[in-house]
Amino acid sequence: MEIYWILGIPLAGGIFLALWGNRGHAPEINALFSLATLLAAAALAARIVAGGPLLVGQGWFFIDSFNVFLVALTALVAFTTALFSRPYMRIEKEHGKLTDARLRLYHSSYQVFIGMMLLALTTNNMGILWVSMEGATLATVLLVSLYRTPASLEAAWKYFILCGVGIALALFGTILLYFAAEKVLGSGGTALLWTQLNGVKAQLEPTVLQLAFVFLLVGYGTKVGLVPLHSWLPDAHAEGPTPVSAVLSGLLLNVALCAVMRSKVLVDGALGTDMAGNLMMGFGLLSVVVAAFLIKRQTDVKRMFAYSSIEHMGLITFAFGMGGAVASFAGLLHMTMHSLTKSAIFFAVGHATQKAGTQMMDDIRGLIQTNPTLGWGLMLGTIAILGVPPFGVFASEFLIITTAMHAHPWATPFLLIALGVAFASIFGKVQPMVFGETRLPRLPYQPALAPVFLHLGLVLMLGLYIPPYLAAWFRQAAHLLGG
Amino acid sequence: MSLSYPLQFVNLLAALLLLISFAMLSQRRVVGLITLFAWQGAALAASTAIIAWSTGQHHLYYSAALTLILKVIAMPWFFYRIVRQLDVNREVESMLNIPTTMLIGIVLVIFSFNLALPISQMAGTVMRSTLGIAMACVLLAFLMMITRRKAITQVIGFLAMENGLFFAATSATYGMPLVVELGVALDVLVGVFVLGIFFFQIRESFESLDLKHMEKLREK
Repeated sequence: MEIYWILGIPLAGGIFLALWGNRGHAPEINALFSLATLLAAAALAARIVAGGPLLVGQGWFFIDSFNVFLVALTALVAFTTALFSRPYMRIEKEHGKLTDARLRLYHSSYQVFIGMMLLALTTNNMGILWVSMEGATLATVLLVSLYRTPASLEAAWKYFILCGVGIALALFGTILLYFAAEKVLGSGGTALLWTQLNGVKAQLEPTVLQLAFVFLLVGYGTKVGLVPLHSWLPDAHAEGPTPVSAVLSGLLLNVALCAVMRSKVLVDGALGTDMAGNLMMGFGLLSVVVAAFLIKRQTDVKRMFAYSSIEHMGLITFAFGMGGAVASFAGLLHMTMHSLTKSAIFFAVGHATQKAGTQMMDDIRGLIQTNPTLGWGLMLGTIAILGVPPFGVFASEFLIITTAMHAHPWATPFLLIALGVAFASIFGKVQPMVFGETRLPRLPYQPALAPVFLHLGLVLMLGLYIPPYLAAWFRQAAHLLGG
Repeated sequence: MSLSYPLQFVNLLAALLLLISFAMLSQRRVVGLITLFAWQGAALAASTAIIAWSTGQHHLYYSAALTLILKVIAMPWFFYRIVRQLDVNREVESMLNIPTTMLIGIVLVIFSFNLALPISQMAGTVMRSTLGIAMACVLLAFLMMITRRKAITQVIGFLAMENGLFFAATSATYGMPLVVELGVALDVLVGVFVLGIFFFQIRESFESLDLKHMEKLREK
C-alpha cells in the first residue's frame, strides 16, 4: 500500500505546487511533501526488510531489498535537499537571480522529478522504467536552465539532446529485450515485467540479449555519466541551481545505474558469461581514470565536484561489474556514501558561491575566517569524499580496491593512481578556499547547514559502525545483484 | 515466394520511409524538413495500420492513431508555428556538404542491413525483412542530428529517430505493449512541449537558434 503513497505524494505535490506555488510558503510546502514521501518510504523499507520482496498492483510494481534501499536513500536526500533549498533559493531570489514564476516552476518540477525517479525505481516493467527515466530528464531540463543565462541554456540543451539520444538507444535496447522475451512469454504486457523475465532468463535468446544489453548500457550509461558519454554532466551540474546539482549528482545517477543493474541481472542469466560485467568494468575504469585527470584542470568548483561524481559513479560501476558478494556489497555501500557526501558538499559549495558571488575557485577564499561552520562543512565533506578514514567512503573504497586486487589485479594500479590524482587535485584546490586569506564580508544571513552535518554525521557513523540490520539489508541486496 | 498485397504495400511504405530519411538529409530549408517529417510520420502511421489490419493485432490501431495525431498533425503544426514566430526559415547550415553526407548515409544503410540480418531471421513477424530499413532510419536520423547546426533541425532529427524506433518495434514484434507505447508517446509530447518553451528561452538570450552560439562550455 505504501507504494501508492510513495508515488502519489510527489506527483500530487508537483500538481499542487504548479497551481499554488507562487504563494509565500511554497518552499515549506515543498519540504512538507518531501517529508511525507520520506515517511512513506521508511514504512515501505521497514516492511521489505521484515517481510522480503513484494509484488504489488498485479505485478506492476516490484520491490526488493535492492530498490527499496535506493527508494529510502532517494526520499531522504530529496527531503534534506528540500530543506536546504528553502533558504538557498530565497537568497537567490533576493539577489535578483530568480522570479516568483521561476520558483514555482522549480518547486513543481522538483516534486515531479522525485516522483519520476521513485517510479523508475519501483516499477516492474522495463518499458515503464524507460518512460520514467525519460520523464525524469524532461522534469529537470527546465531546472538546469532556471537562471536563463546563456551558459545555463547551453548546458540544458546539451543535457536534453545527449540524454535524449542516449535514452533513445535504451529504447532500442528495450525493444530488443521485448523481442527476445516475446518468444518465451508470449506477446502482451507481461513480457516486459522484470520478475517474469527474471524467471525465464535462461531461455532468452543470447545473441539478441547481448545486443540489447549493449544498447541499454550505452543508453542508461549516458545518464549515469560514464565516460565517453559524460559530456552533459559537468555542464548541467555547474550551470543549474545548486539544489538541482545535489539531486542530479546524488540521486539521478544512482537511479540510472539501477536500471543498468536490472538489465545486467537478466543478461547474465541468459548468457552465462561475464560479457556484461566486463563491459561495465571497462566503462567504469575508463570513467574513474579520465574523470580523475580532468578534475585537475577545473577552475569552477561545481564542475570539479561534478567530475568527482563521474569518478565515483565509475568506481561503483566497476564494483558492480566485478560482481560477487563483496564487490556488490561495496558498490551498494559506496552508492550510499557518495549520495550522502556529494549532496552535502553541494550544499556547502552552494553557500560558498553565494558568499563569493562566483563559482571560480580562485575567487573563493578564507571561508573559515568569516563563516567557520560553512568552512568546516566544506572541508569535512571534501575529506569524506576523498576517502579519508574514518568516513564511510574509506570503507567502501577499501572494499572495492581489495576485491579488485584479488579478482582483477591488472586494474588496481589504474584505480590507485586515479584516486591519488583526484585526492591531490581536489584537496589542493579546496584547502585555500577554506583556509586562505579573504577580505570578503561574512554571509549576511544564516546558511542552511543542518543538512550538511546530518549527511556527514551519517557518513561518519557508517564508517565507524554499520548497524547489523543495515549490513544484513545490504547483503541481501548484494545477493540479488548476483553475489 | 509471392507476397500478399498488404505486405507488398507495407514493403513499399518501408522503402518510402528510407527514401524520406535520405530526403531529410539533403533538405536545406527548415520548412521543407518539417514537411518531410510529417510525411515520414504519415508513412509510418499507414504501414502500422496496414499491419494491424492484415495481422489482426488490434492494439496497433491505437499506435497508428497516436502516430497520426502526434507526428503528422500536432508536431508539424507546432513546428510550423515556431518557425513562423521565430523566423528561422533560412538555409540550414550543414557541417558537411550534402553529397558527402549522402555517401555516409549509404554506408550506414549497408551497415544496418548487416546488423539486422541475424535478428530478422529470428523474428516471427511477417514483415521482418523491414527491420534493416528501420535501423537504417534510426542511423540516418542520428547522422542528421550530428551534421546539422540549428536547434530545430536537431529536434526533428531526434523525432525522426523515434519514428525509426517505432518502425523497428512494429516490424520485429508487432509493437511494444500498449502501456509502454502510451508512455513513450506521452514522453515525446511533453518533450516537444518543453522544447517549445526552451526555443523561446534560447531565442531570447541568443537572438538566434543557431547552435554555434552554444559552444562556450567545453574543456579548456
